[in-house]
Amino acid sequence: MTPELGQLALILALLLALAQGVLPLIGAWRGSRALMAVARPAAAGQAVFVALAFVLLVSAFLSFDFSVQYVADNSNLALPWYYRIAAVWGAHEGSLLLWIFILNLWTLALAALSRNLPEVFVARVLGVLGLVAVGFLAFIIFTSNPFARLLPMPPDGGDLNPVLQDPGMTFHPPVLYMGYVGFSVAFAFSIAALLGGELEQAWVRWARPWTNVAWGFLSAGIVAGSWWAYAELGWGGWWFWDPVENASFMPWLVGAALIHAQAVTEKRGGLRAWTILLSIFAFSLSLLGTFLVRSGVLTSVHAFASDPRRGLFILCFLAVVVGGSLLLYAMRAPKVAGGKPFSVVSRETAILIGNLMLTVAAAMVLLGTLFPLLGDALNLGKISVGPPYFGFLFTLLMTPVVLLLPFGPYLRWGKSDVPVLKKVLWRAGLAAIACAIVAAFATGGETKAIAGTAAAVWCGFGTLLYVFKRWREMPAGRRYPAEMAGMLLAHFGVGVFLAGVLLTNALSVERDVRVAPGQTESIGGYQFRFDGVQHTQGPNWEGDQGTVTVMRNGSQVAVMHPQKRTYSRGQVQTESAINPGLFRDLYVALGEPMDSKQPEGAWALRLYDKPFVRWIWAGGLFMMLGGFFAAADRRFRTKRVADTEALPVAALQESRA
Amino acid sequence: MSMNPTRKRRLTIVLLVVAAAVVAVGLIVFALQQNMNYLFTPSQVQTGQASSYKTFRLGGMVKAGSIQRSKDSLKVTFTVVDASGSMPVEYNGILPDLFRDNQSVIATGHMDSAHFMATEVLAKHDETYMPKELKDAMAKAHEGKQVNEEAGQDKPQ
Repeated sequence: MTPELGQLALILALLLALAQGVLPLIGAWRGSRALMAVARPAAAGQAVFVALAFVLLVSAFLSFDFSVQYVADNSNLALPWYYRIAAVWGAHEGSLLLWIFILNLWTLALAALSRNLPEVFVARVLGVLGLVAVGFLAFIIFTSNPFARLLPMPPDGGDLNPVLQDPGMTFHPPVLYMGYVGFSVAFAFSIAALLGGELEQAWVRWARPWTNVAWGFLSAGIVAGSWWAYAELGWGGWWFWDPVENASFMPWLVGAALIHAQAVTEKRGGLRAWTILLSIFAFSLSLLGTFLVRSGVLTSVHAFASDPRRGLFILCFLAVVVGGSLLLYAMRAPKVAGGKPFSVVSRETAILIGNLMLTVAAAMVLLGTLFPLLGDALNLGKISVGPPYFGFLFTLLMTPVVLLLPFGPYLRWGKSDVPVLKKVLWRAGLAAIACAIVAAFATGGETKAIAGTAAAVWCGFGTLLYVFKRWREMPAGRRYPAEMAGMLLAHFGVGVFLAGVLLTNALSVERDVRVAPGQTESIGGYQFRFDGVQHTQGPNWEGDQGTVTVMRNGSQVAVMHPQKRTYSRGQVQTESAINPGLFRDLYVALGEPMDSKQPEGAWALRLYDKPFVRWIWAGGLFMMLGGFFAAADRRFRTKRVADTEALPVAALQESRA
Repeated sequence: MSMNPTRKRRLTIVLLVVAAAVVAVGLIVFALQQNMNYLFTPSQVQTGQASSYKTFRLGGMVKAGSIQRSKDSLKVTFTVVDASGSMPVEYNGILPDLFRDNQSVIATGHMDSAHFMATEVLAKHDETYMPKELKDAMAKAHEGKQVNEEAGQDKPQ
């Protein structure tokens, strides 16, 4: 009975989403306060029913209700409870339910925190979010019902895909979706502004914290995904330019451009149309991401078996959203070039160049990702685009961004003094060159290590220079407003990230070796001794566990236990063993026994020494913090607008904090 | 023709943007051409369709019993088959978890005389799922023939 309740809850949520999507928009158009007032209660009601459906699905997993097809497909009696919860978003239907659930959380947060904004504007924003919810709820109900029954009920279920049975996978999808879905808020603000023909750009200031938070979550989600791929896919890579990674990376790139463009629009009134366009793109790419992951049209590590009906639905949804919003944009976009004038040497110019590079990079990734589809449609054959395409072009496009980055905080709006910038150029430049020379000697002239050190010091030290300047020149308490702290954190993160990527790339030693028990292999100054393999068992798997003792200069560094698991349905999964460190990771994965009848004999092993690999994710986390900090700035706490009802200001400030 | 400074500056900006766009498009086309990998099945390779590509992807099923390991290194050889063709593949390294007999695989590499030298081998998903592009390619190579798991066994090499 409970699964039917879940489905019923979803249907009620759809009806409420319809009310939330249609009535407030009509109200805003007709000037009817009664209709506009529907938005908040409808959103709240929808959230309650979606949450109910979500909880019912979780409880179906927790209580092993295998009469529900989705539960039977993705869990079994031996699956531990925490992975049974993670299994809720382990496949298509449940992850869509998570998507809509998170959309509801964003909508609720917006409804609660927007009481100071003009009523008409909020009605439009919530209305647009309601329409997005209608699309997704209809998608779930008509093509991807997570509550579909399976009769007769099997005694035991299948299994959650073993690669998903990992702590990283429990939080990667929710965090990533927080980012994806968060862009729907920026999108809704833009659409509301277009609908209302807002000539003022006050709405951009309201939209900024939401965009920053969404972008921060997206950064965290991508970091979690990358870390998971590194730990779980068994060959130590952290980024593959896989279609699904690209799917999350494109909105991230456009989002990065958007948060900068919003700053220009808010503070200088410029780039108004561009900001709106970027919000539309960021959300459309998030939808495209969902489409790419879920439709299975592209060969990818994530693709689930495809159902053409679903692909078609999302494609139509995408067409309506993109087509509709672009049409609205064409009709309503601010036509007059607005904003205060700026000279060539100004913050606006730097942001403009950065925006150009980030959006072109996103377009480049989009082209490379969709090219196989294009080639297929044009009958060019089955094509895949190799990672070097992305790597080469991305490096090229990001070079100007990296070069400009340390100047960012020093640049003034409108017109900047050149001497100050020259001083930055000299100091950061000299520091970068000095460290690059040290790196050249330390690594024996590895080009990428030298470039990585120089780029990292350029960005990191360049940012620290500004931190120091503020510290010296400003009185305590006024040194780092949250918005500026956010920028500095994120820019510093770019430096950390660059160090991680390029140093790992240059200095990693990766070897696949064949070793017999007792045999020692030397890699990157470490001696790895293979001590053989033993049989081992987990809650829902059994397998072989190797023991590898790592020594350095005669003393023991680590004892590592890589595993080769066979799960209940027969899927084989490599569990790598990682010995983490701030400056290097040691990574060991079991390949296969050289003779499958003699697992106690020689094995193929991957032995990696990966310096600075953690810096990649640390950089991403700095960027995430940057987004969150910037959003927390007091400036963004909305002041009361004349036409709203009076509300205690203290309560508002509390809720915004 | 006289131009005031504003117009002149605007013209410069427009020209710079156009130039940048041309360079960007050129580079993208170049990088794309360098990195496009076509997928072929063994029978397509045997009929010479892959001959003009240095690097390409070979897709098909692993022929049952064809996996041979070297005694003292990580070298492994196996045969990839589709409904009417077969291709010996050589690979040096660790094979993916899902690699086994009758599994669908996609290998990236190049031809060396009659061998395909793989630099990367991917086996996808579980035993029941075949990547769509591989299914399409195999269907296209054999219009009308059923592609199934036994494809490897009913054709002698």
